[in-house]
Amino acid sequence: MWAYVVRRLAYSLVIILGVLFLLFVLFFLVTTPDDIARKAVGEKAPPQALEQWKKNHGYDKPRFWNREHPADSMLVDHFRRMLTFDFGNSDADDTPIWRRLRSGAGPSLSLTLPLFALGLLLTIPLGLLVAFFRETYIDRMGVVLCVLAMSISTVLYIIGGQYLIARVLRWFPISGFDPSPVVIGRFLAVPVLVGLLAGVGDSVRFYRAVFVEESGRDYVRTARAKGCGEARILVHHVLRNSLVPILTQVVVVIPSLVMGSILLESFFGIPGLGSITVDAINANDFATLRTMVYLGSLLFILGQILTDVSYTLVDPRVRLE
Amino acid sequence: MEPYLLSNAVVVVLVGGLAAALASARRSRVWRDAGRELVRRRPIVLAVLLAYVAIGLLDSLAWVSGSSAGTTQGADTVSIHKPRSAIDRLFPDERYREKSYSAPLADREFLGGAPLRHPGRHLLGTDLLGRDVLYQTLKGARVALLVGGFTTLIVIPLALLFGVVAGYFGGRVDDVIFFLISTLASMPSLLLLIALIMVLGRGPVQVCVALGITGWVGFARVVRGETLKLRELDYVHAARALGASDARIVLRHIVPNLMHLVVITFVLTFSGFVLAEAVLSWLGIGIDGSWGRMIDQARDELSRDPIIWWNLVSASVALFGLILAVNLLGDAVRDILDPRTLRERA
Amino acid sequence: MSTPVAPAPRHDPETVLDVRGLVTSFPGPNHRLAVVDGVDLTLARGETLALVGESGCGKSLTALSILRLVPKPGRIDRGTVRLGARDLRALPVTELRRVRGHEISMIFQEPMTSLNPVVTAGKQVVEAIRLHERVSSTQARRRALTLFEQVGIPDPASRLNAYPHQLSGGMKQRVMIAMALAARPSVLIADEPTTALDVTIQGQILDLLRELRDQLGTAILLITHDLGIVNELADRIAVMYAGHLVEVGTRRDILAAPRHPYTQGLLRSIPARAQRGERLAEIAGVVPPPGQWPTGCRFAPRCTRAFEPCTRLDPGPTRLSANHTAWCHAVAQEEGSSPVGGVPA
Repeated sequence: MWAYVVRRLAYSLVIILGVLFLLFVLFFLVTTPDDIARKAVGEKAPPQALEQWKKNHGYDKPRFWNREHPADSMLVDHFRRMLTFDFGNSDADDTPIWRRLRSGAGPSLSLTLPLFALGLLLTIPLGLLVAFFRETYIDRMGVVLCVLAMSISTVLYIIGGQYLIARVLRWFPISGFDPSPVVIGRFLAVPVLVGLLAGVGDSVRFYRAVFVEESGRDYVRTARAKGCGEARILVHHVLRNSLVPILTQVVVVIPSLVMGSILLESFFGIPGLGSITVDAINANDFATLRTMVYLGSLLFILGQILTDVSYTLVDPRVRLE
Repeated sequence: MEPYLLSNAVVVVLVGGLAAALASARRSRVWRDAGRELVRRRPIVLAVLLAYVAIGLLDSLAWVSGSSAGTTQGADTVSIHKPRSAIDRLFPDERYREKSYSAPLADREFLGGAPLRHPGRHLLGTDLLGRDVLYQTLKGARVALLVGGFTTLIVIPLALLFGVVAGYFGGRVDDVIFFLISTLASMPSLLLLIALIMVLGRGPVQVCVALGITGWVGFARVVRGETLKLRELDYVHAARALGASDARIVLRHIVPNLMHLVVITFVLTFSGFVLAEAVLSWLGIGIDGSWGRMIDQARDELSRDPIIWWNLVSASVALFGLILAVNLLGDAVRDILDPRTLRERA
Repeated sequence: MSTPVAPAPRHDPETVLDVRGLVTSFPGPNHRLAVVDGVDLTLARGETLALVGESGCGKSLTALSILRLVPKPGRIDRGTVRLGARDLRALPVTELRRVRGHEISMIFQEPMTSLNPVVTAGKQVVEAIRLHERVSSTQARRRALTLFEQVGIPDPASRLNAYPHQLSGGMKQRVMIAMALAARPSVLIADEPTTALDVTIQGQILDLLRELRDQLGTAILLITHDLGIVNELADRIAVMYAGHLVEVGTRRDILAAPRHPYTQGLLRSIPARAQRGERLAEIAGVVPPPGQWPTGCRFAPRCTRAFEPCTRLDPGPTRLSANHTAWCHAVAQEEGSSPVGGVPA
């Protein structure tokens, strides 16, 4: 199996290079350093100010090929620095990007980890429940509710959730963040709740579909003929066989949890990586944005490799060669 | 050419193209039966969607008023020659514009209580700039159809092309295309969307292009997988043994068998794009005039007391209605076109 | 639709399974279709009854109906299924579960897909034991090992930990048989147990079934379309066509002296019986699918001996001897009786 992992890592490296190339095209060719400089310094700034700014941020080199020092071009620079995690400074306020990443990771995880865990604990049993009652009116109502829930935009959940819980019921603060262990829960309660609600429709419907599909298989009929009850069938037989499609959805997001949630953080004032991304949008901070997309891709690729490995843990037929 | 004439032409071409596609589908028994089954199962949903489409179309064709007689209050000569759509004409400024907020069917302004210019005329009230909320909501339909429908219409042929070519020809071609797909698929879609819009600019066309770039990959992957399977089917081998050219095999045998996937994906992608645009509006980089933008503009007002709710609710309901209708339709379509039930009905 | 041979008031202690008037239907384009249309079967203790017919005649569904395993949207409309003195149709599900696997077991046609792919063979057999007996897992495992030996699985100890995909088709079917016999049932329903296996393995499995039957005294309801298997195992044979029984009798009755034209046609068409150079005999026509059954006798369109009443009346049973019954107007005529209780279309 390790040979497989190594091969996957190698191919992933190629993909990462592809990602970096695409980022280069987007951030250095489609948007030129002049554009970036102009956005940072101002539209009406004199050319020297633009040049100075570009020099300070490393945007003044030739893009592909430097005649004097062949390796000193923006293209090479971009690849080298990204691969060595040397992210430099923000285009907007000149602070080191790494420092902001480090400060944002904690708050992001404090939001996304509970959201993830609670999400699983909530939606998988619900999916099992609805699958248990399949074809009855409980199931039909459940599916209808799921479709309704799925059709509401996350944005509306956030607005509605915040309004209801924070303003009307006044159970929790509207927004903000305090990392101290005692108080942190109060600030995370609403965003986690809202996040759960926004995702429950989609997830439950998916799990239900997987469980119902598995329930129609021959080995379930055998189990029934042995005298297994429907509940035991669902939990012992169907769930175990449904793990491959479930893991496909679930494991891949685990590494990306550290990137936080753009919507939830920006709305509820949680200073995580998602917030940093939104700030970057508002400040035209291309350097930070570039870094975020790159990191997001890295984590996603890692998630995919982890997913493949996880298959071997749950399905004895899967052997990674 | 005037830009509005160009966009009118695009609309006409799109509608014409769709009509042609529907006409050709009617010739096949499978599609005719499927269509009839769909109407039988979900008449209300279809009616709702048709209403949305009709409203969107009403707002899509714009023309310039013939006469310049009757200059409007406060309008200058330039705006008289601004192209306006049927919806625009239903809500002309001189009959509907206020100064600021007003509640639905109110006589007075919301802030301050001054009498309105057109009391009782605003079914859904007015927003911060005094624009009638019903008018804005109706206009949002066109934006949603543009974001969802138009973009999907671009994405699907693109994904089909790449997916079929990769799956059918295999080898180096497949390696390259698969690499491209994998690279794009590895980038988290929201982040990539944001990056694309930051880089391309914030106009409606750019947003659609960005959505398209992030959206085609998933379907292309599915198409590639299906083509790989279809390529190995016995009748494809037989066709090749009989000397059929690749183009013929692809067009006659492979693509028609992908059509059910196309229809299902169209529906799913549509709602995905519209919801994504709402998120983008929220982040400030959406399309002007969309329901997402209305919601974004309205959210600050929720903290007022008494709250201003009508613009938010109106846009939310419109958005929810469209997405729900599309989702319900998509479920019905998926059930009807499920290959297993198709075989049974044959 | 055939009426019962005789009403069944008393419970005969030798009869272990008694099915009367079973009707199982599925939704059709306009109305429900009775795919099993009034079937009566009895199974005596230790006896092997073969239920024979072509694909689509309803034999598998008959078997599934006994244990109420009919997949939705099918359902059992009418009839009684007596196990001893109890009607299985009337049992609440919790009690039915105690019957399944413990008093009546079933093995299926496709061993490839009928075993849970992510659980070891041993654990699946252990589950079959522990669902019905209060034993510790160690005891159950020991018993599973014994069962594996009994069904002839080589190297049983290591096979207990094997996953289904690591086992061959024949081995999987042996595991299924072990699972089915684990809780010592008095009836085993075998739905085409060898159809999906290689010919060489088929013989082995049949030998195994015969051995086990002799050792354990299990009654077997064997569902098959293969008359060769029937010859090896069956004490009595029931022939089904298009949802109906057409002939029931002892092995000798059916194989040596069949009376119903369909049974005769089936036996004639066995390739082994053909002479060299002779054309293989066949029954002209095709089996009508449910919903397209002709009025009157369902076999009439293909029958060489069809005459006037055949297209009008569904033939009732004609008693030929104590154990031999045929549903055919021609046979009834031969016997000098009129068809009992035929139903006009």
